[in-house]
Amino acid sequence: MPSADSPTEEEVVVVDEARDALLEAITAELGDAVVASHILPGKDLWVRVANDAWSDTADYLRNRQRFRFFSWLSAIDWMQSPFGRSLDAAVDIADAPTEDAAESEYTGTGADGYTGGETRFQVISRVHSLTTQIGLNLKVDVGDDLSIGTWTKTYPGADWHEREVHEMFGIHFEDHGDMRNLYLPTDFEGFPLRKDFPLMARLVKPWPGIVDVEPMPEVEEPEAGEESSSASPSGATTSNPEDAS
Amino acid sequence: MTAVNDRRQMAYIAAQAADARVNLELEAEGMTLNIGPQHPATHGTLRLVVQLDGEQVIHADPVMGYMHRGYEKLTEVRTYPQVTTLINRIDWLGSFANEVPFILAAEQLMGIEAPPRAQWIRTILFELARIANVTLFLGDMGVQLGAVSPVFYAFRDREYILNQIESATGGRFHPNFDRIGGIKDDLPAGWIAETKSALKEIRDFCDEMEDLIVGNEIYEARTRGIGIIPADVGLSYGLTGANIRASGVDWDVRRDNPVGLAYDQVDWKVWTHPDGDSFARYWVRLQETRESCHIVEQLLDGLPAGPIMTKVPRIIKVPEGEAYIETENPLGVMGYYIVSQGGLEPFRVKIRSASFSNISITPWLLKGTYVPDVITILASLYFILGDIDR
Repeated sequence: MPSADSPTEEEVVVVDEARDALLEAITAELGDAVVASHILPGKDLWVRVANDAWSDTADYLRNRQRFRFFSWLSAIDWMQSPFGRSLDAAVDIADAPTEDAAESEYTGTGADGYTGGETRFQVISRVHSLTTQIGLNLKVDVGDDLSIGTWTKTYPGADWHEREVHEMFGIHFEDHGDMRNLYLPTDFEGFPLRKDFPLMARLVKPWPGIVDVEPMPEVEEPEAGEESSSASPSGATTSNPEDAS
Repeated sequence: MTAVNDRRQMAYIAAQAADARVNLELEAEGMTLNIGPQHPATHGTLRLVVQLDGEQVIHADPVMGYMHRGYEKLTEVRTYPQVTTLINRIDWLGSFANEVPFILAAEQLMGIEAPPRAQWIRTILFELARIANVTLFLGDMGVQLGAVSPVFYAFRDREYILNQIESATGGRFHPNFDRIGGIKDDLPAGWIAETKSALKEIRDFCDEMEDLIVGNEIYEARTRGIGIIPADVGLSYGLTGANIRASGVDWDVRRDNPVGLAYDQVDWKVWTHPDGDSFARYWVRLQETRESCHIVEQLLDGLPAGPIMTKVPRIIKVPEGEAYIETENPLGVMGYYIVSQGGLEPFRVKIRSASFSNISITPWLLKGTYVPDVITILASLYFILGDIDR
């Protein structure tokens, strides 16, 4: 919780009864399958479930908790990019990509986000209840076999989302039955949304740096000191002499 | 059951049996029809591989990816302010609406909120983007059925709205106007009065479309009862926007969860239709366009004074965390799931685009329909390829 320095602000009221009750109901039903949870009061709810309970969770949520609306399903690769940030040339020189960046091994200890995690890949999905107007983010760890149960039996709309995750991250959905590529050509090699998949355009031609920072009205932030030099001496306002003709 | 003794009925059954045999042979041959990749009904390049049994569709398989631009990957190497330039190109007919949920999600992570005036202007531009987008649909739907004139009226009258978007933001199609903490500029002088007269043109356009299309015998025959989506099926496929409201689901993110926008400040209603067919989807969008005019008019009248930008650092670094914000975009619910690790750039952005989910129902929906209806149904679902392929 953010430190409560001014007790009149509404962030101090951290009770979110609807989401608390929902989390309680889910925990009561799924038991040990609920590994972790996180509530941002008044905003959102995250629940991480065990890998083998993934499909059952969908079934329970749709048929017993009335989460009728399937919003989306995707995955997160928690590996830090071995290619540096590819953002600001001056900053990036320190952690410039090495030759064998693509072969670098994952050394992290799992997810850093809400509800944590032990594995490199996490599948995340969101469902929504129209009766309570509460959305629910569900996460699940994907182990070394990169395999997880499908949601298509419960939410047919998960079909394409799972195919997309399959081609972009290489995560296999058991019993899906149709794991063809959705966007990519059939013979495409590699998994583009993994962090160790190079974005070739950026490696071939480095990014010139941040050139489009606009001065904000009536504020000069002192903390931006070391980066302000990169705020484009030339790129932003080059007058064009050819226009005059 | 009664015995069949009517000769005509006997002949009918015999003919049906013969048809079935012929159909079986055709099926064995595998009659496959390719619709697209270039087709006027697809607003981009969507290929639809349709297996036919006579004139009936037995299997439809959309083939996407012709326009996949990898935005989710590209956002990982851009700063937050740079991302809005990219995501303008997702749904290119209602570009401003694409920026808003991303900015709102980033603002939630940073724990800041735009000042009221910025929120109101955001909402106004959001609705203008919706009008510009849906206007084209209202005309385009006629073209899919062979009525050519409505689309010309649509292009003509959409121009009024695009002019207003341009004079406020500088961009006709890609405003790139929303900023973390507010908006780029205030409205130009005289803009409010001009917008009101533009809205009047749109109201006239809606009336004109209603005269031309709704009630037209051919139009009704081609759309009523065609492509029916039951509410529950639609929801489990992730259908949103007018597509699901046309199936009787009373759900609009603008009303039910208006994060960071001014929809709860004005008086308006959510339109639904119980039928769930192509006609209902058109009708709901038509009413929503009028409702959008109504919303914008009220917002213009009540526009609060004040700053348009809250205090934000010069270099925007978003604190660690995760946030998901969705808004009711012209095509349906659009949302961004942002994972931030405290840097200049997002760690991961999942883009939930409306058309991707809306069109994912087509294999289910097109099964058993007839070839001419395929076009009507696709057009009535109303998708934009940039919004599918991202």
